[in-house]
Amino acid sequence: MKPIVLENARIVDPSRNIDEMGSVIMASGKIIASGASARNQGIPDTANVINLKGKAIFPGLVDARVFVGEPGAEHRETIASASYAAAVGGITSFIMMPDTYPVIDNVALVEFILRTAKEMASVNIYPAASLTRGMAGLEISEFGLLREGGAVAFTEGKKTIANANIMRQAMTYARDFDMPIMHETQEADLIDNGVMNAGLIATYLGLPGILREAEVIPLERDLRLAELTGVRYHAAQLSTNMSAQAICCAKERMFGISAGVSINHLSLNENDVGEYRTFFRLLPPLRAEEDRVAMVKALRDGVIDIIVSSHDPQDVDTKHLPFADAQPGAIGLETLLAAALRLYHDGSIPLKRLIESLSTRPAQLFGLDAGTLKPGAMADLIIVDLDTPWILELDMLHSRSKNSTFEKVGFQGRVMTTIVAGKVVYSSGLTGFQKTEKFDCCDRK
Amino acid sequence: MIKKRNFPVFPHRHLLGIRGLSPSDINNLLERADANVAISRQKDKKAIVLRGRTQINLFFEASTRTQSSFEIAGKRLGADVVNMPINNSSIKKGETLIDTAMTLNAMHPDILVIRHNCAGAAALLAKKVSCSIINAGDGSHEHPTQALLDALTIRRTKGRLEGLIIAICGDVLHSRVACSNILTLNALGARVRVVAPSTLLPQGIEDMGVGVFHSMESGIEDADVVMMLRLQNERMSGAFVPSTREYFRFFGLDQKKLKKAKIDCIMMHPGPMNRGVEISSSVADGPQSVIQTQVEMGVAVRMAVLEALIEHCQEKVSKKAYEANCS
Repeated sequence: MKPIVLENARIVDPSRNIDEMGSVIMASGKIIASGASARNQGIPDTANVINLKGKAIFPGLVDARVFVGEPGAEHRETIASASYAAAVGGITSFIMMPDTYPVIDNVALVEFILRTAKEMASVNIYPAASLTRGMAGLEISEFGLLREGGAVAFTEGKKTIANANIMRQAMTYARDFDMPIMHETQEADLIDNGVMNAGLIATYLGLPGILREAEVIPLERDLRLAELTGVRYHAAQLSTNMSAQAICCAKERMFGISAGVSINHLSLNENDVGEYRTFFRLLPPLRAEEDRVAMVKALRDGVIDIIVSSHDPQDVDTKHLPFADAQPGAIGLETLLAAALRLYHDGSIPLKRLIESLSTRPAQLFGLDAGTLKPGAMADLIIVDLDTPWILELDMLHSRSKNSTFEKVGFQGRVMTTIVAGKVVYSSGLTGFQKTEKFDCCDRK
Repeated sequence: MIKKRNFPVFPHRHLLGIRGLSPSDINNLLERADANVAISRQKDKKAIVLRGRTQINLFFEASTRTQSSFEIAGKRLGADVVNMPINNSSIKKGETLIDTAMTLNAMHPDILVIRHNCAGAAALLAKKVSCSIINAGDGSHEHPTQALLDALTIRRTKGRLEGLIIAICGDVLHSRVACSNILTLNALGARVRVVAPSTLLPQGIEDMGVGVFHSMESGIEDADVVMMLRLQNERMSGAFVPSTREYFRFFGLDQKKLKKAKIDCIMMHPGPMNRGVEISSSVADGPQSVIQTQVEMGVAVRMAVLEALIEHCQEKVSKKAYEANCS
């Protein structure tokens, strides 16, 4: 393969604290040089030089929280369709949650995911395995064997482990194997039958509310146990100011604590639920505007480390129901960057910090070979037009499920080309790369 | 006939644990045990040291090797040994531990050997009865005779204990053997390591003066002795370790892992073993295994303890008589 030179681009590489005009040179799937001084050593004569005319280059995004339907619910999403949706959204690596049927709690299933991803997927897929067997919350999974099999983290997915002693033992055991635990904290008894943020709007709509305390109580418990055991602990997705404060205090006390927030909780609030719109039923629920603003501030200040899409494909059968009966969850792979760029355009988060939280930091937290443009790294990168305006229509989505919270929303900025290991896996055709065919994700080869 | 050597008087009435014994107390017992080994190896195994004495074995937990070892030790020294069967005794009828012990005490035994599932049970009885108490295992607290027999086995195979690297591997958290062994081996100058997943280690173990390792490969590197501990069935799946498969892969002793230790390393196990869980059969039956020697030393050590405690009481009595005579 000929070396490729992408020149005249705005290079943003948070791993080296770079935001400058320059070039990226890549060959045989690796980055040879990047930045303003990339061309100082000259470029190979045979290189294919592409002038990007001021478009931006970021390291490929890393999404640490993606639900896929395969195995068990392939009608909602397969590994192949999720991977193509990720490529379109500029995500070159993602961590797949173990909430499948059957649950990813053994080595054979981890190997199945990795094998299927190798055959079918255009982006890097890293499986996370369940913390407890069958996600029953009773017996810890085989962390050692799963790590050897290729699991990058342990998580209970959408569930929260209720038993504090099991959580303690899991953390203790994970620490021995130096594996991170990713945990979503929702106190099931406190949520009871709640479906949206507890408050005035829930009362107007006559819907049972979910208290903010339902999130922060188990979070505080986990943080104490993490301090006891010394495990690397990642709070999977936070939605309230209280939780951000808890993380902030914990980070002052100890190392190894990190937190994520979903793009939905940075972009939307409880008002978006409107007249019982089930696509906006999420867990944790969309909170008040004060909480959203607090989340944005926590992300800017580094209290919250990363942004995730929390991509959760739900079908007609689980969404076209009365609000309280519908399943929570929204897809997000294809809109992650576009929605995040709103925070850059409105001045609330600097671009470098934004890309750090979408790419460099998640790669660091989970030990993935991604999130950087430094020489020698894998050539996983995206070319982005930061200014193109566009409106999302549901039929533009490549995901098998269309439960997006951003239907008919205007965005500014779009992924032009996605490159994984030096190979173009998605291109809109506007950057000198050939346009990729619309991916047929209906059938497996 | 083996000539009896004179040993210093053992300064304690009971053997409740290793904690509280000085290194010279431990050495005293080991020397006595060393001399007893020969008794078990000769044709006529009967001695008369404990003739006329009564020993009661009170085992509230199932045990084969410890109970029979105590029984044989007592009988070889000439004592009358009574085993109290727990299953069809008054304990089943709801009698309390202290009541049972007081009842037995009224029959004037000289020694009561007790195993109980509660830590501190032996110490509790020691306050109530007039005979000597030997702790044969109380909860996950102590099992002193096991530690002594392990120390004796090492001393006889290696010639010394001082400076040896001894790795204790497995379920330290629930093990009375580990606790007594750490105390004994530390007192005798060995360098003790514990190797286990953190879920099977008690809090504060590093302050007991041991090196803590979470990987077998690094934990048994250059070890002179590898001691494996039993993983109880009920702890194999669930909150402590995920599965026997995973446990064996990372914490089970096989030939490959044993190669990390010194070439003349010996392998010990207090029994009963779970083959394929904490130990592979090839290691358990291999040339480095001294498991059978441990059992043999068990009898010698228990004889030594019985003898030492009886001697202690005798000394006290004769001292009193002497004083009475003088006045």
